[in-house]
Amino acid sequence: MSKATTAVEVLAGDNSTAALDVERVRQDFPILRQMAYGQPLVYLDNAASAQKPRQVLDAMQEAYETYYSNVHRGVHHLSQLSTDAFEAARDKVARFINARSVDEIVFTRGGTESINLVAATYGRKFLTAGDEIVISHMEHHANIVPWQMLRDELGVVLKVAPIDDDGNLLLDEYEKLLSPRTRLVAMTHISNALGTVTPIRDIIRLAHERGAKVLVDGCQAAPHMILDVQELDADFYVFSGHKMYGPTGIGVLWGKEEILNDMPPYQTGGEMISVVTLEKTTFKKAPHRFEAGTPAIVEAIGLGAAVDYLTGLGLDNIHAHEDGLLAYATQRLGAVPGLVIHGRAKEKASIVSFLMEDIHAHDIGTIVDRAGVAVRVGHHCAQPVMERFGVAATARASFAVYNTRAEVDALAEALDKVRELFAR
Amino acid sequence: MMEELRDLYQEVILDHGKNPRNFGHPEGANCEAHGYNPVCGDTLTVYLTVDDAGVIRNAAFEGRGCAISLASASMMTEVLIGKTLEEAKKLFDGFHRMCTGEDVDPQVSGVDDEDAVERLQVLSGVREFPVRVKCATLAWHTMQAAAAGEHECPVDPVQVTTE
Ligand SMILES: Cc1ncc(COP(=O)(O)O)c(C=O)c1O
Repeated sequence: MSKATTAVEVLAGDNSTAALDVERVRQDFPILRQMAYGQPLVYLDNAASAQKPRQVLDAMQEAYETYYSNVHRGVHHLSQLSTDAFEAARDKVARFINARSVDEIVFTRGGTESINLVAATYGRKFLTAGDEIVISHMEHHANIVPWQMLRDELGVVLKVAPIDDDGNLLLDEYEKLLSPRTRLVAMTHISNALGTVTPIRDIIRLAHERGAKVLVDGCQAAPHMILDVQELDADFYVFSGHKMYGPTGIGVLWGKEEILNDMPPYQTGGEMISVVTLEKTTFKKAPHRFEAGTPAIVEAIGLGAAVDYLTGLGLDNIHAHEDGLLAYATQRLGAVPGLVIHGRAKEKASIVSFLMEDIHAHDIGTIVDRAGVAVRVGHHCAQPVMERFGVAATARASFAVYNTRAEVDALAEALDKVRELFAR
Repeated sequence: MMEELRDLYQEVILDHGKNPRNFGHPEGANCEAHGYNPVCGDTLTVYLTVDDAGVIRNAAFEGRGCAISLASASMMTEVLIGKTLEEAKKLFDGFHRMCTGEDVDPQVSGVDDEDAVERLQVLSGVREFPVRVKCATLAWHTMQAAAAGEHECPVDPVQVTTE
């Protein structure tokens, strides 16, 4: 992750010098040929959701057209093909994050459901009144509200690790919050609002020293960096398919196998049971214990294709490209008069949250939109961090593997229009 | 691109946005409501001073928001002072139809102020920007809640975007 804007890093965002041929990558994404208000679409809302490459779309279409059927329950030909493809996708995900076993990969609807699953099962079973959960001040609402619900239900205590004015997590303060009653730390790997990459290894190590378990919200990290859950040594790692060039409706909960098998089921019904009599039911082991009902079969297959796509490009190449874009954007946008970047952490992913003088983020969003530039404006489902910076909303540009420096320029030029309009 | 934007961000609007009129919490206000737009986190409080005859003697607001929502709130307070609650409701109806594009030039009858609607017309550019309609109407929804004696006016995003 880039620490400073050096010439070398800026060059890494240049299409011609990167190890990654951006123009070829762009050919994979049909939607990038769309126009918005008569101008070429500049899609810079990737932290909200990324676009899908042809490879993912084709894999899903192929599934529906040639071998689709329900999984795990038929002896017929198509059912076997579908089951194989579905389980092969799980295997791809397991290798993608270097899980110890494929059984550690639970398919969910997304990061939000993954966190809710842990709160509802692990939380309800292992936490009691007075136990403590630690989160940070820059969590997405998905990693705040489930814990607040648990607090209200069980009487556990929710503690919040502070951040500094640049959006760095204050590790010392975090350490002070840990106590013998800390049972769980739920922390983001990358902040979707600020781009901060948290010192997740230290966070995990310090929690484990006190015997607390750690859930990492990796929704923003999965498409941007090489992940190795064994090396990180977290207890749970969650992410969404749609932010990593896969379809919506599919996400992942990774958990250590022994912990998952200790957890009660989440939803109940078909697919997750071993034996049902009218008196008693025994449940399957993870992951199927947590996958009641017909899963998002084709979405899982699409996610598998997205994993192949990311692996094919190389996460290190993607990372280098996005780092270069971040450095370039930080410099280019930073030069727009009156523009203030919120979130200048030492380690950052390719997310730039900003405001311009006293112009509201919504006005910025509307004006740049008419120039074909899609950015997110609002509180980014992270109101506590907005409040920390004393703003209701920011504009946010977030960059993906298919973005270019020319698109950063397009944003900067659109921002000049904002100033021009508001200077009257 | 710039024409529609210039139409939306007219100088009058920018002026009201930067220097909102009737901004603050006036003494003697006897109706107030809090409006909140959960999509962007913007919040407004509208204060009305209504006399026994149902005439709005004073109207004011506080809060933070985009240029459109601040300008709309500011212009609303100017227009409302001296109107009856009934007239306020009629103006809101007309304004609402204008913002959604349902009625480009709404005729509001029974309001004793011929060019009130005309003055609000500067905000009509918002109809080319459907996601911004709720910015223009937040203050008015909140005013209605204050007039009805409600104290919170959560603007449901679903309700607002389809309005
Ligand atoms: C950091 C973070 N956590 C959680 C989520 C929730 O993900 P999803 O909406 O895909 O469930 C998001 C998505 O916005 C996110 O950015």
